[in-house]
Amino acid sequence: MNFRERAHLALTGLRPASAQAFGAVRLVPLLREEVRSDLRLGARAVEAPTLVGLRGEVQAPQLAYYSYVPHAFVMRWTSDGSPVAARGAALEDPRRPPNKRPWVELMHRMRKREAPDALRLLPLHLAMEGYLSLHFGGPDVAWSEYSREALRSGLSPRIERAASGAMIAGLDDALRTFEVHEGQTGCLVFVADALAAVFVVPHPDDYRALHRSLIHDFFGDLIYQYALCYHDVQEHAVRVDAAAVSDLEGLRAAIARGRADWREFTAAMASGVLAAPMRWEEVYRAGPFRLRRFVSSLRPDEENHIGEAIVRDSGELEYCKTFRLSAAQARRAYLLERIAAADWDLRAAADSLACSLDDLLIRLRNAGFGYLLKDHILRGLPR
Amino acid sequence: MAPFADNVARVTCEDLVLFLNACACCTGQREFYSDGRDQSVSIEFLHEYIRGNYRRLYARTLAAGVNHFNRAKIVVELLASSRGLSLEQRREEGRLVAAALRSLPAPRAYRALLALRRRGVGGRRARAIVREFLAGRDLRFDAIKYRTKLRDLVLHNHVPLPGELGGFLFKGWRERRYQTPLFETFRRAHYSDEAIYELPYTVAEGLAARRKIARATFLARITPRLTALERLRLQGAAARDDVSLDVDLGRAPLTRLALYLLSLSPAARLEREAELRAALAASARRALTAAPLALGRVAAVLDRSYSTSASRDKPRRPLAVALGADALLREASAEYRAFWTAPTDDPLLITPRGQTDLATPLLDALSWGPELVVIVSDGFDNDPAGGAGEVCRVFRARIDPGRRTSIVHINPVFDAPELGPRRLQTEGPAPVPTLGLRDAEDLPTVLAFARFADGSMPLAALEELLARRVERFVGEARPAAEEGPAP
Repeated sequence: MNFRERAHLALTGLRPASAQAFGAVRLVPLLREEVRSDLRLGARAVEAPTLVGLRGEVQAPQLAYYSYVPHAFVMRWTSDGSPVAARGAALEDPRRPPNKRPWVELMHRMRKREAPDALRLLPLHLAMEGYLSLHFGGPDVAWSEYSREALRSGLSPRIERAASGAMIAGLDDALRTFEVHEGQTGCLVFVADALAAVFVVPHPDDYRALHRSLIHDFFGDLIYQYALCYHDVQEHAVRVDAAAVSDLEGLRAAIARGRADWREFTAAMASGVLAAPMRWEEVYRAGPFRLRRFVSSLRPDEENHIGEAIVRDSGELEYCKTFRLSAAQARRAYLLERIAAADWDLRAAADSLACSLDDLLIRLRNAGFGYLLKDHILRGLPR
Repeated sequence: MAPFADNVARVTCEDLVLFLNACACCTGQREFYSDGRDQSVSIEFLHEYIRGNYRRLYARTLAAGVNHFNRAKIVVELLASSRGLSLEQRREEGRLVAAALRSLPAPRAYRALLALRRRGVGGRRARAIVREFLAGRDLRFDAIKYRTKLRDLVLHNHVPLPGELGGFLFKGWRERRYQTPLFETFRRAHYSDEAIYELPYTVAEGLAARRKIARATFLARITPRLTALERLRLQGAAARDDVSLDVDLGRAPLTRLALYLLSLSPAARLEREAELRAALAASARRALTAAPLALGRVAAVLDRSYSTSASRDKPRRPLAVALGADALLREASAEYRAFWTAPTDDPLLITPRGQTDLATPLLDALSWGPELVVIVSDGFDNDPAGGAGEVCRVFRARIDPGRRTSIVHINPVFDAPELGPRRLQTEGPAPVPTLGLRDAEDLPTVLAFARFADGSMPLAALEELLARRVERFVGEARPAAEEGPAP
């Protein structure tokens, strides 16, 4: 996969407001400064395990992505800036009768254009597919250590796990008791003050409809553990220096400063996503909007996130969803990256990582890639 | 007085104020931020603490206008723990308990007395109290409306029953043709549709369902038998069945009227705008005739954030209290302005929406220069968190140390972790007093009580106030409101 373009994820056009914390979950609302109605997002329930054919026919895909998909997002836009016409309940897929639910849903492509102005995409799965397909092709040179399966089918199957929102302790309560601001189009989710997810939609009405759907997303392993370990977070109550205030105007200004402090807080706490350079790949272009997905630098000692975003040509972030990789997931991708960079030559890769070949093989096995190596090599490795 | 005694008095006063505030707003039901179980645990603790430490004052709070849930609880606790009391104490508590039982709605009073049985409280005194309670009621009416409760109570307390009452309760309606007209109607209602419409609504409803009478027909014909509060409660059901139930909205209690108003969609409210507005004003005026209040220049800071939608147990109650307080203060003040958290053109059309930003409307209210600022909110402000408390603290410390403007915080929500309504300001030498409130029409009483809540009045004054209220309470033979427990 490409992921060649380097840029930052910036909350352009969005302003953070005062956070609300409930239990260990803190939600920072993002208010949109200029609301335009030429891009709207709606959800359509899927609620079934889904096989997404990424290449090939729907019924017989050559490359497929499989996961439980709770909902799909349908994005509608106009290219000339006019507001998108309301379509009410017409978000239902016309081809899928509502009372015939298959055991496994078959979908064609992660993002599919259903109408001249409607694009169906699977939120967060889009980003996860990008991450899983990193170096998915496997070794292209038949080095002696690789097994026949590795040479024939590459990394297949590439499997990762994540915790669903329902398993994050306290998230449901935090979402239920959150008071949505006027003009709010997104939020940052922190669990025990660790950034769990960024969620942005184009329009405040869309946000009100989709706010509770955060419970259907999946979250990183670290978030799941933090939610179990921590019961509450520190409350950031505003403090006014009484000595510096002599009239009501001064008091008003002091309170406004307290509110504005959230911008700094957000920048500091979300630096893993906002300050780190990301690697981007374009997925679809629709009018003035670009649907792209990104992966962070995958350095094992840093915070790592993957995600997807729709960015307007003028730079505003219209839609975004992110996922925080666990340390193990980041390590796996990092290993693959370094081995691929050495043209899949394990000796050269071990040199570049400054370890012995045996160490590298052990790392590969511990990361879960033992199936790439020949049996006798695996057996020959020390425990 | 020695300093130690001063401190004891101060602590007693604080504890009592805490208890009164908690008992004003807690009903043991789920709220927006804390669930029903937390609420129950907190209020149980408070009852036990106050009863254990200040028993006499605990008993006297029955007269201080605590809500029905807590009044019933105090009655049960007092009677269940009356071992070792002096004759004087027993007599006083007995009088207060009797008056409290008379003032409660019938189902609550019955349930309280039945709870005594479950607590293992028997004996002559309990039986005497039950007999006195039943002697003050129309037992024939209670026999058909609260049949099981009355029967259990009579059974456990060996109460002698006159006339056909005993036979009706214990042998059942089938036994024979009754001489008492009400019992005979009840018996006939099992066989004939016509007799059903002569019974009270709650009894007739079940019988009509048994005889499979269509809901619309039933509602149309039972209309003359409905009490005013039942009419208000059934408006929605009647509208669904295309039956029109006349109700004089202006005579409904203020908070109930506000709850009814908020249960209508904004479009429906707009259609009946004139009627609803007039009804709110009329109801507020009626509340003021019962408890007069005359204020000067008043600003109200009212919370209409999403948390005022409360929970399914008490939907939109905080918002209804705010709306009721708005109507009441408008009638009671010479000059009045309302400052809502999310500015609204017309308070009639409000819905719970948005974040809780109390600081901005509070600053706007203070710059208008009022004599009194009343803040109605659940105390959980989050834009920014603690903003209102800081505004109050700095305002009092730097801008208005001479106290030209009084600020009072009225809180309709009981926060279980804080053992009371959540306070806006916790620091500072003279923090803004936080008072619990359940019904907007009690606002005058609660405002009069505000002097004690900020710690400036001595315990002796509070005790004297309670003593006066006790005399009035015991002296009245006030009939209970005819309705069941409110949400």
